[in-house]
Amino acid sequence: MPDVSLENISKTYNKGKTIALRDISFSIEKGELFGLIGPDGAGKTSLFRILTTLLLPDAGKATVNGYDVVQQYREIRKRVGYMPGKFSLYQDLSVEENLNFFATVFNTTVKENYNLIQDIYVQIAPFKNRPAGKLSGGMKQKLALCCALIHRPEVLFLDEPTTGVDTVSRKDFWQMLQKLKAEGITILVSTPYMDEASLCERIALIQNGSIMSIDTPQQIIQMYPDPLFAIRAENMSTLLADLRQLQLLKSVYSFGDYHHITFVQNQENSPQELVQQLAQAQHLQLEIKPITPGIEDCFIYLMTQQNESQRNGN
Amino acid sequence: MKIIKVLLIKEFKQIFRNKSLLPMIFVMPIIQLLVMPLAADYTIKNINIAVVDHDRSAQAKMLLDKITASGYFRLVDYGNNYKQAYTLIESDKADLIIEIPHNFEKDLLREGQQQLLIAVNAINGMKATIGASYVSAIIAAYNQNLLAQINTIGAKPSFINVISNNWYNIFMRYQIFMVPGILVIFVTMVGAYMCSLNIVKEKEIGTIEQINVTPIKKYHYILGKLIPFWIIGVVIFSIGFFGVAYWVYGIVPLGNVLLLYGYLAVYLVALLGFGLLISTYADTQQQAMSVAFFFMMIFILMSGLFTPIEAMPAWAKAIAHFNPVTYFIEVMRMIVLKGSGFYNIRTHFLVIIGFAFLFNFWAIWNYKKTSG
Repeated sequence: MPDVSLENISKTYNKGKTIALRDISFSIEKGELFGLIGPDGAGKTSLFRILTTLLLPDAGKATVNGYDVVQQYREIRKRVGYMPGKFSLYQDLSVEENLNFFATVFNTTVKENYNLIQDIYVQIAPFKNRPAGKLSGGMKQKLALCCALIHRPEVLFLDEPTTGVDTVSRKDFWQMLQKLKAEGITILVSTPYMDEASLCERIALIQNGSIMSIDTPQQIIQMYPDPLFAIRAENMSTLLADLRQLQLLKSVYSFGDYHHITFVQNQENSPQELVQQLAQAQHLQLEIKPITPGIEDCFIYLMTQQNESQRNGN
Repeated sequence: MKIIKVLLIKEFKQIFRNKSLLPMIFVMPIIQLLVMPLAADYTIKNINIAVVDHDRSAQAKMLLDKITASGYFRLVDYGNNYKQAYTLIESDKADLIIEIPHNFEKDLLREGQQQLLIAVNAINGMKATIGASYVSAIIAAYNQNLLAQINTIGAKPSFINVISNNWYNIFMRYQIFMVPGILVIFVTMVGAYMCSLNIVKEKEIGTIEQINVTPIKKYHYILGKLIPFWIIGVVIFSIGFFGVAYWVYGIVPLGNVLLLYGYLAVYLVALLGFGLLISTYADTQQQAMSVAFFFMMIFILMSGLFTPIEAMPAWAKAIAHFNPVTYFIEVMRMIVLKGSGFYNIRTHFLVIIGFAFLFNFWAIWNYKKTSG
């Protein structure tokens, strides 16, 4: 039996004018580390708020740990840990006081579940008498995770836990999640960072309130249909403009150091032809190489598919 | 119980750590009670009068002496030009003009009657009406005196002498009347402002989300908010009542203090319910503040604290009767000044219990509706 399941969940705001979630269905197995990947405004937080019983869905059915989110919300609240995207602990209470407060509220003690949070807590223990509001961003995030874990929840909901956190702390954080997964806790984590997707067991790509794809990161990458190439030249912005003019290219997207491109008709000599064309257009230091697509490439591909099908639908 | 206890501990820790809230709770009532009743005094002194005397006779002099000797008036101009006196009113240097006509004394003695003109600067309505009534009273006294003098030869004149007696506040001391009322305002502010702002703050920061995903039940949370502010309300009231009203103004309640505290207890529940109600509608502290301020103004101005409700038009009376502050101010004055017992204020009790139920149930109903 899945630990979290959603069936045709929909949610609208402003009396139906703003659609937040359309017909979402998926399920998460016990002990799974599941990632919800999508840009800001995709509907990630609405989904979290429904699953943590803070928001009522307009339609559909969802269960967490076997309990219905609408009928049996009391049971769910005893069994889940939630870390909202915005830091929402008491800023004027100290680290220790916050932790003790949430432990008591869940009818437990810090001592009882200390082994679960130990690895994380030792890092903030030197500041245990400091008001939570005066901690640094990374410390705040660790404290919030401790507070969400203090009652040893069955399911852990983490809404964009790494947004606004430095790269080193982000890496640390994902390592902590792996440890928690080893403890058998089901984890649903959302993130706008595509590079974090590969750290999850399974991911759902969400955009405009719809799920575009659910699979393991490897499977999602494998289903990318076309051979992908990375291309660079001395002047990247004119290169991008020129590439977009070319009829033989199917897609052109800028990815930092390289532009990622696919061809309409991919033949063995297509890259060479392209380079020749571009060299004639005065581009210097041209470099082109085949690459394996990342989650972000898949996301963009699925997003254009979704837009096209919507356009055709209208 | 354990959850409520931990919520209360948390709440008091936060209140005592708030460096700006704490002085406001304890120092503000004392300072305001010391300053406001002394400044807001209805007995008006120093009314500036300009006299236009066209007669300059002994009788006119005598009348003016009587007026200036009363202590309420200050003679700023004495002349025989009405226009000049009027410019003083225009420049706000005089509040009142008394014009004594030509042949005032002669006509008075010969014909037995005379007319005086009193012109009042009604920009400051309170000062004008009170000033005019003082002058009229003095002239009436002077009249009687005069009548007695003229009629000394004939029979003794008979007139009705009205003696008034100020019950419950014999010397009409304004402070005795105001201090209990101002105390009510403080207690009301704790309920309407502090309670609602505190809850909305949790909404604004987002801590309420974190609380909502815990097993804490709604009634736990609401009690965890109401109890601390109920206690603060009682403490503020006690500081004002025993600390300032008793020690500074010497106001000793005639009635039963326990009865007064009993009423305070119910009143606080009603007003905290009102604060809770505001917090269910407001999303930010700014909104809560504006709404609370709007109602506080109406509550204070239409409570009978400054102006008697009996003098209001019918529609305003209706509003005043739907104002919980009105009832507590009445109860305060009745118990403190008059020594009323429970029987006299039983309807007040019923009304405030009604308010307590209305506000709290409305708030809980709306709280349920908004958070799914």
